[in-house]
Amino acid sequence: MFGKLSLSAIPYNEPIIMGTLLMVTLAGAALLGWVTYQRKWGYLWSEWFTTVDHKRIGVMYIIMALLMLLRGFADAIMMRGQQAMASADAAGYLPAHHYDQIFTAHGDIMIFFMAMPFITGLMNLVVPLQIGARDVAYPFLNSLSYWLTAGGVVLIMLSMFVGDFAATGWLAYPPLSELKFSPTVGVDYYIWSLQLSGLGTTLSGINFIVTILRMRTPGMTLMKMPVFTWTALVTNILIVAAFPVLTVTLALLAADRYLDMHFFMNELGGNAMMYVNLIWIWGHPEVYILVLPCFGAYSEIIATFSGKPLFGYKSMVYATAGIGILSFLVWLHHFFTMGSGADVNAFFGIMTMIISVPTGVKLFNWLFTMYRGRVRLTVPVLWTIGFMVTFTVGGMTGVLLAVPGADFVLHNSVFLIAHFHNVIIGGVVFGCLAAMNYWFPKAFGFKLEERFGKYSFWCWLVGFYVAFVPLYILGLKGMTRRMNHYVNPEWQPYLVVALIGAVIIMAGIGFTILQLVVSVRNRAENRDLTGDPWGGRTLEWSTSSPPPFYNFAVLPHVEELDQFWADKEHKRAYKRHAHYADIHMPRNTGVGVFMGGFGTVLGFAMVWHIWWLAAFGLLGMVASFIARAYDTNVDYYVPGAEVEKIERARLVPSQKLVEHVDPASAGQKVA
Amino acid sequence: MSSSTITATHDTVSHGVDHEHHDDGSKTLLGFWIYLMSDCLIFSALFATFAVLSNATVGGPNGKELFDLSYVLGETMLLLVSSFTFGVAMLNMHAGHRNKVIGWLFITFLFGAAFVAMEIHEFAHLIHEGAGPDRSAFLSSYFTLVGTHGLHVTCGLIWIVVMMDMIRRYGLNDAVTRRLSCLSLFWHFLDVVWICVFTIVYLRGVL
Amino acid sequence: MNKRSLVSALRWSCAGLTVFLSGCNMEVLSPKGDVGMQEKSLILIALGLMLVVVIPVIVMTLVFAWRYRASNTKATYAPKWSHSTAIEAVVWAIPCVIIAILGTITWRTSHTLDPYKPLESKVKPITIQVVSLDWKWLFIYPDYGIASVNEIAFPTDVPVHFEITSDSVMNAFFIPQLGSQIYAMAGMDTQLNLIANEPGTYAGLSTNYSGAGFSDMHFNAIATSQQGFSDWINKAKASSVNLDVQAYHTLAQPSEKQPVAYYAAVKPGLFNNIIQQYMGDMSMSRIGTQSPAQASAIPSSNDHAKASE
Repeated sequence: MFGKLSLSAIPYNEPIIMGTLLMVTLAGAALLGWVTYQRKWGYLWSEWFTTVDHKRIGVMYIIMALLMLLRGFADAIMMRGQQAMASADAAGYLPAHHYDQIFTAHGDIMIFFMAMPFITGLMNLVVPLQIGARDVAYPFLNSLSYWLTAGGVVLIMLSMFVGDFAATGWLAYPPLSELKFSPTVGVDYYIWSLQLSGLGTTLSGINFIVTILRMRTPGMTLMKMPVFTWTALVTNILIVAAFPVLTVTLALLAADRYLDMHFFMNELGGNAMMYVNLIWIWGHPEVYILVLPCFGAYSEIIATFSGKPLFGYKSMVYATAGIGILSFLVWLHHFFTMGSGADVNAFFGIMTMIISVPTGVKLFNWLFTMYRGRVRLTVPVLWTIGFMVTFTVGGMTGVLLAVPGADFVLHNSVFLIAHFHNVIIGGVVFGCLAAMNYWFPKAFGFKLEERFGKYSFWCWLVGFYVAFVPLYILGLKGMTRRMNHYVNPEWQPYLVVALIGAVIIMAGIGFTILQLVVSVRNRAENRDLTGDPWGGRTLEWSTSSPPPFYNFAVLPHVEELDQFWADKEHKRAYKRHAHYADIHMPRNTGVGVFMGGFGTVLGFAMVWHIWWLAAFGLLGMVASFIARAYDTNVDYYVPGAEVEKIERARLVPSQKLVEHVDPASAGQKVA
Repeated sequence: MSSSTITATHDTVSHGVDHEHHDDGSKTLLGFWIYLMSDCLIFSALFATFAVLSNATVGGPNGKELFDLSYVLGETMLLLVSSFTFGVAMLNMHAGHRNKVIGWLFITFLFGAAFVAMEIHEFAHLIHEGAGPDRSAFLSSYFTLVGTHGLHVTCGLIWIVVMMDMIRRYGLNDAVTRRLSCLSLFWHFLDVVWICVFTIVYLRGVL
Repeated sequence: MNKRSLVSALRWSCAGLTVFLSGCNMEVLSPKGDVGMQEKSLILIALGLMLVVVIPVIVMTLVFAWRYRASNTKATYAPKWSHSTAIEAVVWAIPCVIIAILGTITWRTSHTLDPYKPLESKVKPITIQVVSLDWKWLFIYPDYGIASVNEIAFPTDVPVHFEITSDSVMNAFFIPQLGSQIYAMAGMDTQLNLIANEPGTYAGLSTNYSGAGFSDMHFNAIATSQQGFSDWINKAKASSVNLDVQAYHTLAQPSEKQPVAYYAAVKPGLFNNIIQQYMGDMSMSRIGTQSPAQASAIPSSNDHAKASE
């Protein structure tokens, strides 16, 4: 009846997990109670959960990402604590089985459920506004993508309390991840949570490609697209090209585990090296999927706050596309030590180095955007400068690791750990936080508070170096990754310093939360009525903050790259129109929520081998989808009169403020 | 393909064609094409897996001993004919003959169902002979590749049933026409994939 | 506030870095063998080459951000300037040149440092067969007919040829102070050639996570004189246990923190048998099993404990 599931699946005897469970339960109950007390369920359901509005879906993605950042970071600091203690073969406080799950979950959560939702959220929030569209190409699919990802989050969080998570490392290399060596449900949780969220990601990739190719406002040719949209386009092409491979790889691993097949096991002709190849054919593009939109965000930020157009726009576009293509030709550098032979290794090493050329060009272009600008050192700019310095170092160590001869001694060491945290924290996390500070006023109509934002930045920056420079050194001292304890007492001081670094980063996260809380509390003071708090250049700043649900009452016409900037210069911005046409909009729908819910049930049932429940979940998904196809009431028209009313209300205050947003003087004011 | 799409897009947009409708046919078709490309990658990965493992029979039977080419040729014919009948259904759709569309879809469904039935029979036969997917890595990859295709065809069959019902209810309206066009792409795509399966798995295995 | 904090942060991190670097002995950067030496100089050359671009970029970032800060109204402001063919040509060219040089070095060293390539030496290399097990290392000396667990010895200035496999999950064989590492995989025979030029006891470990006992999968690699090596071999020969099929079967059971052990004799061909059991024909019996029929049974979910059965 319940498959492998029984009450013994709950790890009662693990005080850390039970304590966490207690806290999560209490916090969850408090939250649910509060929502109930405030009678907000109806509001949440009809305005948020069922929404097909890209801006709200974007906000929900980012909230999910921030929550998962907390979970992922909790894992991180537990690991740092364990390694700081477990010197000279001391046991530390985490038994191997628990510690191994933690480093696996840390990697998976940070990549799949923190970084991916964050960038998907940013693309949702920004791309339609930047291209002057009213929504994405398939609004319902967008909602579905979100809820499938949320299903993945639910499964991976559930794995902590019911059963266990994979103890295999974040990519679950076989044969270790095969049933024979990982007989518990951990790897199954891994498979199904990634499959759910991966499906969501693929669908949103398709959605955004079509959105960007087909829904640009009149006049916006590809080479007049803002750089963030360009990076989003390339990222989504990478998603559609890479995620199917992940889907297949995980499906084959599932076939091994569920159907007794032999793709990757030692016996009966299986080939574990094939898994390693397949997963990195997805995995290397994945890191560019994450970092490219962040590059886009930095580009927007640096241009806006320098009061200049981005230097070398075309170079930037070609560099982005070049990185996208090259990212598929480098996967083997993740396992030079497999013994592929010198020619193969050298080829992949050199391809990897070639990627650093367009990346280097990007850095120079950001530099020359600041050159002869008026750089306002706001929070987003601090993140950007911090990124430029940090990412350069990370890029350098990355190229070093791409030299097979060097990789033979650095592979799988904590030097590698330091390297990829260097590029992922320095590139992706800094980028997401920069973008959050930059676009927050667009989403909510008030700015984030500066002071705590700056504290957060300095803590992250300093914390990063304190945490990871010791790991670079330890890597050179021959320390390998994923160690639960170690013999060499010389390593301990470095690991203690790294722990201190993690604590400083924790303070940075704390300040980000404080920044959000304080900003929401003081929102009246930080209110932005113009819709253009920074002196922006691109179309998203031409509408109000937060934008009306239809984004643009009249679709803007684009003739140049920084259209909104030009409009402001020629006093064409904030035009009041005599006539507003009816606007065609999609209706909210709960089908995405239901399909995500059924998907979660399906995943959970598969994890525990509860076949009837799995069938129920699958049927539920299919039936919901078909039911959706029969729903003919999926859209409606907003009458022009209503649009006019909304527009008049917003243009009155902003008209008064227009003189204040003169870009040159805005620069002085903010700095 | 992509560059032509991009220029085409650019033209429509710059000529100011109304693209406010969130659900017009061209967007759906473009998205569906992209979906098919991603599905194509799924099959590519499975073909690659099959290629890597095709010699990993570990003492078990190989393709030559297992595959009955005439039987598979029968399956192929069923699928090819179903593609043709689907084409006829589409012609009737463009001509606006609602009942004929339903009729031809039904015929397509029969051929598709027969194909799936033959495949299930073949699988059952192999498993019965002790050549199931758990026998060797070669057989694992064979069952997975061919089975994934079969699963797609099954999804297509469900879709055909839904479409027949939709035509019955709503006639050939915009939404139905759009979905039929997607289904048609899907069905022909599966045909193309099957040709690859037939060539790479069966022909190469037997010859 | 920004300038001061920026400068102090910089000064702080520089000071920190110096303390870190001067206070420690970095094994990978103080190799004791020729392979490691070459890899060390490769790392330093590559780093040096890249620093040629990296340092200017970092300096320019900080200088530009500071010089063109909004409050510095004396600095030139060119609000429309966004293109310069000359600058763009330079910023594409510089990374291209660096990468071209580095690429050449990479191509060359990938071949010279190929772990499979036998080392040039007048002395005949010594062969050690390495088997990674859950969770210990088994070393077989085919030329001497002995075996050891979690300890190897070899003479200095003699090339060592490692043949590596696994009878469990994937591991990686690595002695940081001697250079390259290579994966250990079941059914595979990977190879590695190393040499020690200085006597000493060097830490060896698995660098690829392999499950619960992974952290204890370390071993000692003793590089010693010819005499010391002979003594070590004799010590092994004096051991009271032999590595026959039964002993191997017992050894291959998952265990953690396995102490060092020696075997006076080894069943001939054991290493190849370990590889063969995962390859080709099913009728090949698994090591330590009585009947082939039993060996072919599909492992059930709780078989981990009986992994080597």
